[in-house]
Amino acid sequence: MKITLFVPCFVDALYPQVAIAVVRILERLGHTLEVAEDLNCCGQPAFNSGCWAEARPVAGRVLDRLRAAETVLVPSGSCGAMLRCFYPALFAGTPREAEARALAGRVFEFAEFLVDRLGVSDLGARFPHRVTYHDGCHSLREMHIQAAPRRLLAHVRDLELVEMKQVVCCGFGGTFAVKFPMISTAMGEVKLAEAQAAGAEYLVSCDSSCLMHVQGLIDRQGLRLKTIHLVEVLATS
Amino acid sequence: MTSPAAAFKQHARTLTRDLRHRHRIQTALGKYEVKRDEMKARFQDWEGARQAAAAIKSEAIHHLDRYLEEFAARLEARGAKVHWAPHAEAARQIILGICRDRGARTIVKSKAMTAEEIHLNDTLEQAGFAVVESDLGEFIVQLRGEPPYHIVFPAMHLTRGEIRELFARELGDAPSDSPEELTMVARRVLRRKYLEADVGITGANFAIAETGMISVTENEGNARLTAALPRTMITLVGIEKVLPRLADLALFLPLLATAGAGQLLSGYNTLYGGPRQPGEPDGPEEFHVVLLDNQRSTILADSEQRDALHCIRCGACLNVCPIFRHVGGQTYGTTYPGPIGAVITPHLRGLRAWQHLPFASSLCGACTEACPVKIDLHHHLLQHRRNARTQRPIWWEKLAFRLFVGVVNRPALWRLSLALGRLGQKVHGLVRGTRLDPAYAWTQTREMPRLAPQSFKQWWRQRSANRAGRDSAEGRGPVGP
Amino acid sequence: MNPRDTILARIREALRAPAARHNAPAPSAAAGDETAAPPSRSFTGLLPRVGPGFEDWVAAFAAASRELRTEFVLCESEAQVRTELIRLRDAEGWQRVAAHAGPRVKPAVEALGLPVWWTDGGYDKHALEQCDAGLTECDALVAQTGTVVVTSTSAGGRALNVLPPHHVVLAGREQLVPDLPAAFALLAERYATAWPSMISFITGPSRTGDIERILVLGAHGPKKLTVLLA
Repeated sequence: MKITLFVPCFVDALYPQVAIAVVRILERLGHTLEVAEDLNCCGQPAFNSGCWAEARPVAGRVLDRLRAAETVLVPSGSCGAMLRCFYPALFAGTPREAEARALAGRVFEFAEFLVDRLGVSDLGARFPHRVTYHDGCHSLREMHIQAAPRRLLAHVRDLELVEMKQVVCCGFGGTFAVKFPMISTAMGEVKLAEAQAAGAEYLVSCDSSCLMHVQGLIDRQGLRLKTIHLVEVLATS
Repeated sequence: MTSPAAAFKQHARTLTRDLRHRHRIQTALGKYEVKRDEMKARFQDWEGARQAAAAIKSEAIHHLDRYLEEFAARLEARGAKVHWAPHAEAARQIILGICRDRGARTIVKSKAMTAEEIHLNDTLEQAGFAVVESDLGEFIVQLRGEPPYHIVFPAMHLTRGEIRELFARELGDAPSDSPEELTMVARRVLRRKYLEADVGITGANFAIAETGMISVTENEGNARLTAALPRTMITLVGIEKVLPRLADLALFLPLLATAGAGQLLSGYNTLYGGPRQPGEPDGPEEFHVVLLDNQRSTILADSEQRDALHCIRCGACLNVCPIFRHVGGQTYGTTYPGPIGAVITPHLRGLRAWQHLPFASSLCGACTEACPVKIDLHHHLLQHRRNARTQRPIWWEKLAFRLFVGVVNRPALWRLSLALGRLGQKVHGLVRGTRLDPAYAWTQTREMPRLAPQSFKQWWRQRSANRAGRDSAEGRGPVGP
Repeated sequence: MNPRDTILARIREALRAPAARHNAPAPSAAAGDETAAPPSRSFTGLLPRVGPGFEDWVAAFAAASRELRTEFVLCESEAQVRTELIRLRDAEGWQRVAAHAGPRVKPAVEALGLPVWWTDGGYDKHALEQCDAGLTECDALVAQTGTVVVTSTSAGGRALNVLPPHHVVLAGREQLVPDLPAAFALLAERYATAWPSMISFITGPSRTGDIERILVLGAHGPKKLTVLLA
């Protein structure tokens, strides 16, 4: 199977190590990989802001480039959701609606791809720390990913997984984080309190955008909690 | 006058910093969640129940005219009077008219969100009637002169100490701050009112078409007394509350109680189908049902958002919404707060002035997951955002996104902007976290993420080039993209 | 156009716009579709499970009553019912009670030897308010939820079962039904030709959580609910 990697803008710019870890893991599993190098964004910022007319040129280019892609992997629940769940809405009533629906069936977030499509749960990783998993809202409620990341974490040697008491949004929400920063911050603080109450050293997620927001709060408040993307944990050995 | 959006932000700023408020609401809602989860687990098929309820409500609203006609006809056959109010003012005038005709002086009310929506109490009081809220939570906020905090738990934000002070000041009676004793004070005061009142006004949770009855759900018994003792009973009900059949309540009553309060059934679920019938020992001489449209038919016309009319006003979406938990119900400045409020208020009061509500959301989707009648709440917020920007684009935002499109669609420009960003990062350090910082909305409370020295695509290109170089040196064909 | 026609016209106009996909009415739920299964039959499988026999129903009603703080007594005989009533009279110091002249409740109340305020045929509400207890019959008991079903014709009116501080229900075994769908079916059978003006599903004594979410009984309705099943 030919895998096409779609690398979201903030992963490319801020967290390249996440996509690098995806590449290493897939190559180790013996897969051929190509990267959609000329695609830089899924169009979600404009879409979430209600500027659908500005989102369409970005998304349209994604449709063009990925038309021939057999399997599209996205190392982000939030961008994965944009491609799989929201492109059909964005193109509803336009000539490209059918294309958008067709693409949706070929898009996967990385953790769900490993577990549900490749049937792989054990990557031989080792991460001797107490870890809690944060379900990003797009991953959880749009892409319906909940078991796969936990299954992968269960096979990481010496890793202790603890669950937070609440399943709740971290408060990032895209432009919400800067349009309503006081609410976004308060929500992030609740998330931090939950992670600390669970006794976690690391907060793990499939969404770098959530982690960016939480890490920003951690750094400002000087907390000892650390954030890390799931894929980085899996790439350890 | 502060705009609704500015008022929202102002109150949000205050309340999100109030850690006592945060703790109080988290605790209250935490208790609710435990009970709700226990009760959901008792259902043999909770998801099936939601599906069935959504299908019934969908059926109801897609034949709303027919069901309303049936509802009215059956009620009228039993001697009730049915009034049709196309908008809030009509409803106010109808109710005022009934109260005047019946020579009312004291009016007792049970909880009715529709009455809040049309500001009924103000109208009645200005016309010289004494209006008493009988639901304990509503009674409390009425004494404080403030709007309810939550559609099901109006006084959720108050401590027993605050309520004791309130009762001592307004009623001259507050022996202690024990919830039991405070409740008994309210009980004593309100019992006199039930006996005195000439008119009882209720809301309704459902309007049953098949049998011409309204259904009222409560725990306290105050609506029961409001409907039992006064000579005249008036029920104000939104047209969307219709259910086709009486037996549908076997599903809706437990769904409402479970989602709203983690109870299998509320204390009193009561059907009213007419004034006192021949042979009955008591009951009102006159029963008036006022059917309220007030933009509900507008929501019906919106084929994307029409399912918002499924709402049974359970409050489950409020309970799970992280925004609601942090800013509280009064911050919204609307009759209906929380996710359902953010969806219907733009329809009830206009998108232009109220679009900030759909934007004040991280779109987490907890509301949609919690809704017992499967309203697609968080996606409706996205649709409102789209409609707002389509109707009135913000020129600089449009420009900014056009620039963004230009950059992301041109790989060379993307690389250039990353390079410029790395430079800009160094300079940014000078203003970061200060009022001059263009990223102040972020940096006020959070550190900025740093651009990686090498982007992923740079790494990939370099690695492919190295491999290609290596392969050609070894006599192999080109590889890579 | 009068207001009624205005609203109906708006609705008809609104419904000309076809439903968006997720809003479309479920096919079998179309009004007037005779092939659709009666809804109440399918709800039983969705709601909490209730066992098949009388013993299960009594157990369920008893368990629900405990949770609700309803005092539930399964009586072996009419004599035991009378004994229970006398116990309540003495334990609570009843001075006067209110009731209606139903076949089951009338003789039981008369045996108490107290002044009785009968609500049949009309009554003074202030006098009713002074009564220590309201004794009524019911239409059904619902095992699934611990509910007492009363109506304005079968339980002495609207106020009798909610104004006095203690509501006592005298019920017969044949009145215990398993679940809510069964209760609605029973009501339809009994009253379809002449519905009472009020039907109430009473589930426990009156309660509120409005102050700090602390449960308090007797907010406005009865503080105590007793069900005697014979």
